[in-house]
Amino acid sequence: MNTTIRGKAFVLGDNIDTDQIIPAKFLAYNPSDASERKYFGMYAMDGVPAGQSGLPFGDRRFVRPNEFKSDYAIVIGGKNFGCGSSREHAPLAIAEAGATCVVAEFYARIFFRNSINGGYLVPFETTDRLCEEIKTGDELEIDVKTSTLKNLTQKKSYTLKPLGDVTPIIDAGGVFEYAKQSGMMAR
Amino acid sequence: MSGMTITEKIMAKHAGRTRVNPGDNIWVDVDVLMTHDVCGPGTIGIFHKEFGRNAKVWNKEKVVIIPDHYIFTADEKCHRNIQILRDFVREQGLPYYYDPEFVKGSGMPSPYRDPSKTSYKGVCHKTLPEEGHVRPGEILLGTDSHTCTAGAFGQFATGVGNTDAAFTLGTGKTWLKVPPTMKFTFHGKIPAYLTAKDLILAVIGDISVSGATYKTMYFAGEGIGSLTLEDRMTLTNMAIEAGGKNGVCDVDEKTLQYVRARSRVKNWDVLTDDPDAKYCHESEYDLAALEPLVAKPHSPDNKDTAHNCRDVKLDQAYIGSCTGGKITDMIFAANILKGNKVQIPTYVVPGSTEVHQDMKRLNLRGAEKGPNEKSIEDILLDAGCNVGASGCSACLGGPPDTFGRLNKSEVCISTTNRNFPGRMGSMTSAVYLASPLTVAASALRGKITDPREYVSSSIETGTAGVL
Repeated sequence: MNTTIRGKAFVLGDNIDTDQIIPAKFLAYNPSDASERKYFGMYAMDGVPAGQSGLPFGDRRFVRPNEFKSDYAIVIGGKNFGCGSSREHAPLAIAEAGATCVVAEFYARIFFRNSINGGYLVPFETTDRLCEEIKTGDELEIDVKTSTLKNLTQKKSYTLKPLGDVTPIIDAGGVFEYAKQSGMMAR
Repeated sequence: MSGMTITEKIMAKHAGRTRVNPGDNIWVDVDVLMTHDVCGPGTIGIFHKEFGRNAKVWNKEKVVIIPDHYIFTADEKCHRNIQILRDFVREQGLPYYYDPEFVKGSGMPSPYRDPSKTSYKGVCHKTLPEEGHVRPGEILLGTDSHTCTAGAFGQFATGVGNTDAAFTLGTGKTWLKVPPTMKFTFHGKIPAYLTAKDLILAVIGDISVSGATYKTMYFAGEGIGSLTLEDRMTLTNMAIEAGGKNGVCDVDEKTLQYVRARSRVKNWDVLTDDPDAKYCHESEYDLAALEPLVAKPHSPDNKDTAHNCRDVKLDQAYIGSCTGGKITDMIFAANILKGNKVQIPTYVVPGSTEVHQDMKRLNLRGAEKGPNEKSIEDILLDAGCNVGASGCSACLGGPPDTFGRLNKSEVCISTTNRNFPGRMGSMTSAVYLASPLTVAASALRGKITDPREYVSSSIETGTAGVL
């Protein structure tokens, strides 16, 4: 795992459900097929309603039309990020677009679990209401080891919650790698 | 040392321990793993990548594959995904697979003609108990967030992603954090104008869409005992809409009657909460004091009474899904629609082919219909409803040619579980969630309607959906 994550922020509000992250009409693509998997990047965040995409502006797209990769490396959310459907396509879509980290006040548990077990994203939690402080496009730097977030644009610094119990799985890169490293599964 | 809850006892047993406490991270043995056509292809891909192209699942008897999401569509990728399931079932020799055999080649498949003569079933959460894969005391994982439905049978059931499912396919195990339990006690007997949908909308409205995050929702009290098994499934089904890890109900004679009639395995554990079990939240509800409710757009916790929303004009009504497409839901709706005409397009989607078959077989009281008596389906068709083939259909929008999908700025009242922005199709549509009674009453007016205007005496459903 990278110990420093740096890039532009994409900011969303509370209760971002997985239908917003990747709408159901795109679930016909097979994430196990390399030629189809990239479309999850193209359509990541396609279901976020107008006015709420890329706060505080509300009109920023996570991925530009007909492109596969996002300009944003870090997603900032409010409360209950990733609620609703268990579709693993949601963290996968964010990762496929090129982002590697989400910072939210707290997560819906299946999204949190999928992010870690699939090795897609580092899901940090924050006690600060960062979705109202950070602006979409701000340049951020996260030190994973010390759980600190620096907003280089606004010259502010925040302490995030430690990753806790799940750190070994995140460090391993997912539950399969973790199981192999800990001898639960043959290599 | 305090006592344990049902969920803690199930987890301890499956971890080979005598006790667990909330917050413990444990590895458990899984009894049943279910997947479907939307998450199956991804799960199978990860299984092959991680365990090898020639790997075998840990136990063929414990894997259940139920295509249900994107069946009646001309989308070729959806057809391809069903073929991936078929290939895996053949490769692994899996005995429990419910094939939509009418999906072949290109174009919109013509659905089953007779629901009793197809191996296809429909919505996985309805099919699992029907086909005998659900038992008290067991652990069920499924690649679908509404897997928590099966908690109505006194088991631990929860939704997982593709990676977790692939891991379990190969090892039979998963890691779980033991959740603390929230206890919701319902007093009294369910009144004729309410269904379990009103109860769960009341709870979610009170605790919010994240009020049970990481937690167990335990539904207790004689009020729950007064519900049919199917109505209890409506309660546990929507535990995920409050963020719950699982929902659970006590096992009683109704549960045992159902499971004895259907289970493929003949022994199971009936567990109960110890009198000194610890809860992280307790609240109580008096069923006589609850009113018919709706969840307004765009969140399941946006609670209001149907009466307060009586001026809301509707473009469509929808009766279906794992939440509101069971035979008892159809009987509830039919008792209101009988002899009347709907004023707005009303789509009815049976939760399974068994539900569809029962709609043709049963009368308004859930009993076998007589030769000159109307069936549930006759009553719905006479009222002007469009009855489709079983499956998930428009509950989650799906491909644009999906039956009942909201394709423009329409306002819909629905018996389904989620009203997130764009959930049933168009980003400019709006969905009100309600009970089948409220949806049927609203379809007759074209406006949201309190079902008390139509329901006078209690609606008997007999053994519909049980035997």
